[in-house]
Amino acid sequence: MAESSKKPERAAPESTSKGDDVFNIERISRLIELMKEHNLGEIDLRQEGQRIRLCGVGHGMPFVQAPMFAPGMMQAAAPAPLTAAPAAAPSAAAAPAADADGPHIAIIRSPMVGTFYSKPNPTSKDFVEVGSNIQSDTVICIIEAMKVFNEIPAETRGKVVQVLARNEEAVDVGKPLFKIDTRG
Amino acid sequence: MFSRVLIANRGEIALRVIRACKELGIETVAIFSEADRGSQYLDLADQAFCVGSAKSMDSYLRIDRVIAAAELGKADAIHPGYGFLAENAHFNEVCRSCNFEFIGPSPDAMEKLGDKNTAREMAIAAKVPVVPGSDGLIESEEDAINAARKIGFPVLIKATAGGGGKGMRVAADEASLQAAVVQAQTEAKAAFGNPGVYLEKYIDRPRHVEVQIIADQHGNVVHLHERDCSVQRRHQKLIEESPSPRLPEATRKAMCDAAVRMVRQANYYNAATVEFIVDQQDNFYFIEVNARIQVEHPVSEMVSGIDLIKTQILVAAGEKLSFTQQDIKPRGAAIECRINAEDPDRNFQPCPGKIQTMYLPGGYGVRVDSHAHAGYSVPPHYDSMIAKLIVHRATREEAIETMQRALSELRITGIKTTAAFHKTVLAQQEFVDGTVDTKWVERVLLPRLQSS
Repeated sequence: MAESSKKPERAAPESTSKGDDVFNIERISRLIELMKEHNLGEIDLRQEGQRIRLCGVGHGMPFVQAPMFAPGMMQAAAPAPLTAAPAAAPSAAAAPAADADGPHIAIIRSPMVGTFYSKPNPTSKDFVEVGSNIQSDTVICIIEAMKVFNEIPAETRGKVVQVLARNEEAVDVGKPLFKIDTRG
Repeated sequence: MFSRVLIANRGEIALRVIRACKELGIETVAIFSEADRGSQYLDLADQAFCVGSAKSMDSYLRIDRVIAAAELGKADAIHPGYGFLAENAHFNEVCRSCNFEFIGPSPDAMEKLGDKNTAREMAIAAKVPVVPGSDGLIESEEDAINAARKIGFPVLIKATAGGGGKGMRVAADEASLQAAVVQAQTEAKAAFGNPGVYLEKYIDRPRHVEVQIIADQHGNVVHLHERDCSVQRRHQKLIEESPSPRLPEATRKAMCDAAVRMVRQANYYNAATVEFIVDQQDNFYFIEVNARIQVEHPVSEMVSGIDLIKTQILVAAGEKLSFTQQDIKPRGAAIECRINAEDPDRNFQPCPGKIQTMYLPGGYGVRVDSHAHAGYSVPPHYDSMIAKLIVHRATREEAIETMQRALSELRITGIKTTAAFHKTVLAQQEFVDGTVDTKWVERVLLPRLQSS
């Protein structure tokens, strides 16, 4: 179950880091603090050939709170896919254009009320990701309710085109979880 | 006090609870089925979760999903409303064991008072009059005669496995008793597979009068007087009012005291309604207890000035009642009409469908409790009630006039409703005189309307 986040106190402004080096330890510490403060799951920074990607997992990292729902939101399609950054509290992304979908596109929806987990445990990879091929008995996610972790089978076959729920998001019955191309 | 309450219900009662929570500064978590997705009242809740597809069995009755929604929504209490899981002692227990306060009685009190047989025994123990009965199945001809003599004719022969009015016969005297018993046993065996029958006193033209109770967890039990719900059709209430017209003051007092006695004896807390029938001689008999808040609670709210839903929440949070019995001074008369999506001209056939326009009455003395609105699609999967129209005035005569006005102002297009039928009921002499009994609509009014 998602823990409520504790906002750490804002750090006093740091002395300027050396140059623009993304691997500067002070800068990295500051980034981690910012992630905690703003409940960011991931930061991906690129600068002149350098790149640093910080993913919040394990102890000490605040979990994303269950967002406040208005019923309208439950029908909105896809928030931004997990691999995009930075990932703040989910905002409803624009619904995919209707003609981008077709009869070959299936939406896997949540069959229950609970917390969606895209991976078997915090340190492992996601069950599936965009591009994964799935069969009907492929476990695509876990939905947890009342401390019972339910493995959800795809019940359809094809290729994952889009991931529509984020790890640890609160989901209810009918919430779109994955977009599948059944031709794949 | 609770931070967040989950409402395990839908429609007008969900809206009612959301409103009470808002005023108490409590956040709300609503649930809805696919059939209720997009209902405007859901926007008034802080969060809402879909708990399944349209059928109640797949949504509102899914205890696992309701609890999961309470967990996700971080609720600390659950209000069950009426119907659905409201009198389900198992759900009550599950809520509590999952650390959600259940806004209602303890599971034990709910089970004891909610069960017709144990409640009847408790009534007898509390010296509350019950409908005289044979207290057991009729095993022989002698049995039948002895029981009937004790009860007094006419007697009603009822199937123990029966329900909903099936398998009942009336015997007016000893001469017709034996044949009636044998017939009833034969019918019971054919309909329910069980020939067991028992006897009950047949109450001629009973009135349905019930007493509203609210009790806290500190032993304080208060009644909010009675409601008369005699305008019924097929055991479904259509109109409720308070006070009960023509009820002698002594009878009123005795009934209210009896209701308090029973609830106190069961160590019951939160809201309850104790139902009685009253015969033509103004004798009253205990029938059953409804261990929940009821549809018609607004009638008692208007007359007593007590917000019952808020009080339920406060009681569940451990607060003492903020009033004593002495503080309850009923004022005026209140009437409620249940506006159903049904066609009275077609045998009250349900009329689900989209409401095109909806214009609600208002003005002095008018209250409307409704989740419906223009553009709202009344789903076919649940009860057909779309609005409760309640009036409260200084006298019953004025209340009837105000209700007539309000019913005339009410405009709903796109579906049929029972509004016009209510106007007709209110115009009947028997209603004005207060002599209606629970079978009057079917026995007198409908034939009268058909022949005219």
